[in-house]
Amino acid sequence: MMPGNHEFYEHSLKLWENLSHELNYNVMFSQRAHVSLFHSPGAKDSVSRIYNIMRLHGTDAELWDLKTLKKKIPHLNYHNSRFPILGAAVQKRAGNARHDAVAWGYARAADTLGVDILQNCEVTGFTRKNGNIESIQTSRGIIKGKKIGFAVAGNTSVLWQMAELGNLPIESHKLQAFVSEAVKPLLDQVVVYGVGGAHFYISQSDKGSMVFGGDLDWYKSYAQRGNLPMVQDVAEAAMAIFPSLGRIRLLRHWAGVMDMTMDGSFFICKTPISNLYLNAGWNYGGFKASPASGWYFADLIANESPHNYVQNHNLERFEKGINIDERGAGPDPKLHG
Amino acid sequence: MIRINCPYCGERDHSEFSYGGDATINYPSLDASEKEWTEAIFFRKNIKGFQFETWHHSNGCRMWLVVERSTVTHEIKSVKPCHPDLQKVVENNK
Ligand SMILES: Cc1cc2nc3c(=O)[nH]c(=O)nc-3n(C[C@H](O)[C@H](O)[C@H](O)COP(=O)(O)OP(=O)(O)OC[C@H]3O[C@@H](n4cnc5c(N)ncnc54)[C@H](O)[C@@H]3O)c2cc1C
Ligand SMILES: [Zn+2]
Repeated sequence: MMPGNHEFYEHSLKLWENLSHELNYNVMFSQRAHVSLFHSPGAKDSVSRIYNIMRLHGTDAELWDLKTLKKKIPHLNYHNSRFPILGAAVQKRAGNARHDAVAWGYARAADTLGVDILQNCEVTGFTRKNGNIESIQTSRGIIKGKKIGFAVAGNTSVLWQMAELGNLPIESHKLQAFVSEAVKPLLDQVVVYGVGGAHFYISQSDKGSMVFGGDLDWYKSYAQRGNLPMVQDVAEAAMAIFPSLGRIRLLRHWAGVMDMTMDGSFFICKTPISNLYLNAGWNYGGFKASPASGWYFADLIANESPHNYVQNHNLERFEKGINIDERGAGPDPKLHG
Repeated sequence: MIRINCPYCGERDHSEFSYGGDATINYPSLDASEKEWTEAIFFRKNIKGFQFETWHHSNGCRMWLVVERSTVTHEIKSVKPCHPDLQKVVENNK
């Protein structure tokens, strides 16, 4: 709702809408609607306010009353849930895309434009000259470059310290994802459930798997594996809202490491080193931002100054007290989910 | 599951505890510069490896503890009460 933020994400969505054409690669972008359930009159008022603001800014947003919701998604738990469902806030242009296809599509399109992609090539150090970074040491040799960009989500602090830049307003936490066996078409939308201590989101992939997740594991970690208490929490939330999933079997689950920031917003900015640029701090919303993240990062590197929409997404905002998308959780990275 | 050996309650599942955060932060004096306060409140080492961190035994004795834990393997090297005086009491009681 803050200036800049909304424009950034709307731009991202617009880029998504044309991404398969632009990359000439089917990223399976599917605008199937993002349906956030609400469970109390207070939650309804609050989300109405937010969604009205979205509408005033030209982004799609609507409220579904219980009758509409039941018609669209008849098999949610409407009968004996602890927190009765009252309706849902819906962004119809939102949805999902196949993440592997996005990565491959971008890779191929970049390659076509002449970008070199070096796989299995770990950055291990930096050589400085006159205050700048002159070259990067990697597991496959030295790479020189005039301008260097960091986009190493989860490991930003590690590289930042490699460059002897000190601390960052970031902590690494892990988030799990769950994928079930394939079933017949069961759910057409992305459904989000969050009330009390529960946090849960679910959709169905084109192959038929139910894809879902919940909260962070709640402690700082670089381990790319999830812990069991969250598996239980997620399973409980699934049963609370979607009891028909009760007998479904899990095929796999994993955890990824994420840059959780002190205010829940990202960084696209310059750094204390004049030829180093930073793209980081995506919390767990970096996928939806991908196209705009790349767009505004490239813009920053090419033009040496940040676009208006991301001008406050820098490392100085904490000292200056600039709010971006603050939800009042305070400076504790794990609370900015 | 991580098992945390609470000095008061014994070894318990980490789901009994709430994670606090970096246990090495020293807040500056009240009249310190904005820069120093910003560093203390918002900036972290975010160590990949062993770090000192606070945990609250919220579903147990409700004491705040300092845990030395690897953020890569989750191995725990030590668990102590946060308060230095309580650390002494626990040490002397061993
Ligand atoms: C389980 C899970 C579910 C998620 N769900 C969603 C969601 O529903 N919606 C959403 O918007 N976002 C979601 N996210 C967040 C999203 O995936 C990330 O924010 C996003 O992928 C970050 O993109 P990136 O390009 O910045 O970094 P990444 O895609 O993480 O890429 C960083 C790259 O840096 C590389 N790297 C690290 N260290 C080095 C080094 N030393 N040298 C060289 N390379 C290095 C890594 O190998 C990696 O390839 C989820 C994340 C997880 C883990
Ligand atoms: Zn205890």
